[in-house]
Amino acid sequence: MLEVSGLTTRYGAISALRDVSLSVGAGEVIGLIGPNGAGKTTLLGSIAGLLAPAEGTVSFDGKTVTGLSPERMLRAGLALVPEHRRIFTDMTVEENLKIGGVTLRASERTGLLNEMMELFPVLSDKRDTPAGFLSGGEAQQLAIARALMSKPRLLMMDEPSLGLAPILVDLVFDLIGRLREAGTTVLVVEQNATRMLDAADRAYVLRSGEVVASGTGADLLARSDLFDTFVGGH
Amino acid sequence: MTELLQNLIDGLGRGSIYALLALGIAVIFGVMHLLNFAHGELITVSGYVSVWALGAGLSWWLLVPLIIVTSVATSLIIERVAFSRVRGANDFTLLLTSFGVHFVVSAIFLLYVSASVKNFSRPGWVADTYSIGSLNIEVFDTVVIIVTILTLVGTTLLLQRTMFGLALRAAAADFDTARLMGVKSDSVIRGAFALSGLLAGIAGVFWLMRAGSTTPSAGIDPMLKGVLAALIGGLGSLRGAVLGGFALGLAEVLLRSRLPGDLASLTEGVVFALIAVFFIFRPGGILTVATAERV
Repeated sequence: MLEVSGLTTRYGAISALRDVSLSVGAGEVIGLIGPNGAGKTTLLGSIAGLLAPAEGTVSFDGKTVTGLSPERMLRAGLALVPEHRRIFTDMTVEENLKIGGVTLRASERTGLLNEMMELFPVLSDKRDTPAGFLSGGEAQQLAIARALMSKPRLLMMDEPSLGLAPILVDLVFDLIGRLREAGTTVLVVEQNATRMLDAADRAYVLRSGEVVASGTGADLLARSDLFDTFVGGH
Repeated sequence: MTELLQNLIDGLGRGSIYALLALGIAVIFGVMHLLNFAHGELITVSGYVSVWALGAGLSWWLLVPLIIVTSVATSLIIERVAFSRVRGANDFTLLLTSFGVHFVVSAIFLLYVSASVKNFSRPGWVADTYSIGSLNIEVFDTVVIIVTILTLVGTTLLLQRTMFGLALRAAAADFDTARLMGVKSDSVIRGAFALSGLLAGIAGVFWLMRAGSTTPSAGIDPMLKGVLAALIGGLGSLRGAVLGGFALGLAEVLLRSRLPGDLASLTEGVVFALIAVFFIFRPGGILTVATAERV
């Protein structure tokens, strides 16, 4: 479904990503792990159209989409829950969700909005609350729900469990499981490596801008040379 | 007491026009961080359209929609010709571009029309007044205040109830994230310029009705008032811009009527001095907008 090959992204003279290749099949849950500064967020940004890659290609459903704007990537069926959630704090919960569904027809948007309210009861209770008043866990659920409002076929999440209490981390992983059951393809950047390897079908390990390993969770966990990535990442 | 009430009404009338101008400036600043020093050119262009249209025998009733359409169209053309080329550039480049647009538009009228003042007839009722008790109220101020309130209500509904309004607010809060949600940057920026042009068009109708004339540099005064009002209110805040407009109008009227004889003619200078002092204490304006994280 998503094919990334030979992707290089630079910030000025510095290459944040070097020759990165990965593939995500339809229905798969793929983890992306690695220490801070490994280039995980840069990789998601380069796929979603926030950053322009210097070299390499991104293709989605067999079509080359390298360098398309974020609004076109979203219309192609790819949504990103950005790092730090980036919810619109001055807007209400409902308004945030409506913006998530900006590409839909009004009737479809309303229908999906109601579905999200059922899926995330916390949000239903705070429908008219400005999103800036939500707790960390509520805000994360809003960020995910907002991305789901566009009916993405591939959902990318950047550190969805960062800064959450353990019980809320459970909730995020539970949600990833439910998305998988619903047939949504998911690509997740996670600092919680062991947890991620457990939840993912496959994972890629990124270090200093390069893919240093990939495989199923069990394969990767068995590799002692990657141990520092799993425990020393944070 | 009566004098204060009189000042209040006069100040609201004047402030209404400033509020509409400031709101247009704030809308554009919100989505693209452009402090638009070319905003007054919408009134310059509308002014020359008025000279031409009234000269050709058009009535003011038909001129009103014509001015509004002119203002919206000019705003969109300026966006396409100038600002779309510097989108995403740093704030200073945007600022210089807007100065450039201001000079180019003035130069066009200077070169191809005339450097002298062009007069046109004002509608008869502009000078009419009516009395309530000992208050002398201008019909003009009354109309301005009512139309401004209706415009502000309409703008609020647009921003709160429509998807365009939501997209505009989202883009103003965090442009990249709004695009990630599928908000098209082209549409939202053009929409912001159209809305800004519409607000300037309504303000321009009143500005021109009162002025009854235009010159190539006629845009400077409304631009300065709009920019100042937006700054006083807190740049980036739409509510602040409206408050700033009313505050500026009230300050002008109060000072003009209270300053001793010699100083009254220096009202503008005194207002600027007071604004300078105000910014020392509140550099962010009345409603300070929390600086959004920029990555």
